[in-house]
Amino acid sequence: MVQTVLGQRNDKPGDPGYEESLARFEARIARGDKVEPGDWMPDAYRQQLIRLIHVHANSEICGALPEGTWICHAPSLKRKMALVAKVQDEVGHGQLLYRAAETLGKSREEMIDELISGKAKYSNVFHYPAESWADVCVIAWLIDAAAIVNQKMMAEGSYGPYARALKRICYEEAFHLTHGYDMCISMATGTKLQRDMLQNAINRWWEPIMMFHGPSDKESKHTEQLMKWRIKLKTNDQQRQEFLQKYLPKLFNLGLTVPAEWNLKLDPQTKEWTYAEPDWEKFIGVVRGGGPVSAQRLETRRLSHEQGRWIREALTAAARGQRAPMPAA
Amino acid sequence: MTDTQWPIFEVFHQQTRGEPHVHVGSVHAVDAETALLMAKEQFARRQACVNIWVVAADDITATPYEDADIFEHGTDKSYREAFGYQTTKRAKAVGDTEEI
Repeated sequence: MVQTVLGQRNDKPGDPGYEESLARFEARIARGDKVEPGDWMPDAYRQQLIRLIHVHANSEICGALPEGTWICHAPSLKRKMALVAKVQDEVGHGQLLYRAAETLGKSREEMIDELISGKAKYSNVFHYPAESWADVCVIAWLIDAAAIVNQKMMAEGSYGPYARALKRICYEEAFHLTHGYDMCISMATGTKLQRDMLQNAINRWWEPIMMFHGPSDKESKHTEQLMKWRIKLKTNDQQRQEFLQKYLPKLFNLGLTVPAEWNLKLDPQTKEWTYAEPDWEKFIGVVRGGGPVSAQRLETRRLSHEQGRWIREALTAAARGQRAPMPAA
Repeated sequence: MTDTQWPIFEVFHQQTRGEPHVHVGSVHAVDAETALLMAKEQFARRQACVNIWVVAADDITATPYEDADIFEHGTDKSYREAFGYQTTKRAKAVGDTEEI
């Protein structure tokens, strides 16, 4: 395994040879070459990727929490098995992503600890509760759809290990999206009670969904640099627009609506949707841990980490040929 | 307390007999046996798989990317490629009209 030699990387502006290395690096990116772990890269590229992949991994882990809650209440065995499989996939994706971030020099342990302590962020949408089964349907369809728009783009990005992990993730997410749509079709074509449940869930979730791709391009401070280095290939607003163009017609087709205050209108000239700008200050407050169930999410994650400690200790002891300690009663 | 930062094992899986083992990613595990278990859950949960290899990442020796120029061909090596020969034309000239 190629390891980055620690010590002087000369990867910050002002370091000896930085400008020449940067020019070679940017020429490589412009050619469409992928960057691999042992390569020289600007420290800012490394730090931005660690930040993005860490948040992405945390979001997969926290995304399993609202859905996991509903496993015991799934309406049929088929839905229950699909939900169990989806939750397992999300946790697997978290692990793939922690490994991708580790190749940049931050340990998995550090990332897991920073999530539990509340230092690291995760997606805004998982700071909200799943109040009914219809919420599970909306998460599986529309939030996974929004995530796929983002992940398909990131899978074409310049960092090899992240792109490779995302290709596998996108393949697995295709089942989540299809199953989510299938569940929403069942609810939308069901009884009036089911249709109302689904519409109410959409009403509750529309604001977090509109915020999902992150602050508007007018406010997003990193976008230009991220796009130049092909960490991101589309701006937040472009991703939001792509999501709306593909999924709003499907949503309307099911007889569903979006709350009127969003003022969604299709511009006949540009074929683009215009909408009321989300409250980005509110978004920042939510991702910093001020959402309706932020504290509960971290508490569940912390408890789950603690409850798994005995098996981690047992595995470590067994590998050393020692007797595995049993959990305290 | 350090209890999740185990060694890294690289994972290779074979989708069907007869196909090569392909690198698919890596897992953290206390030893090779546990790494196989982790790899099965992580990489063979969904797609077809008949066999998995795990290799301790520290045991892999690799060329550095900055030395990728060692793979460049300094001279014309078309003589070791089929396309480097005009033999179809020459075979026709000697009366061989079948595919070569």
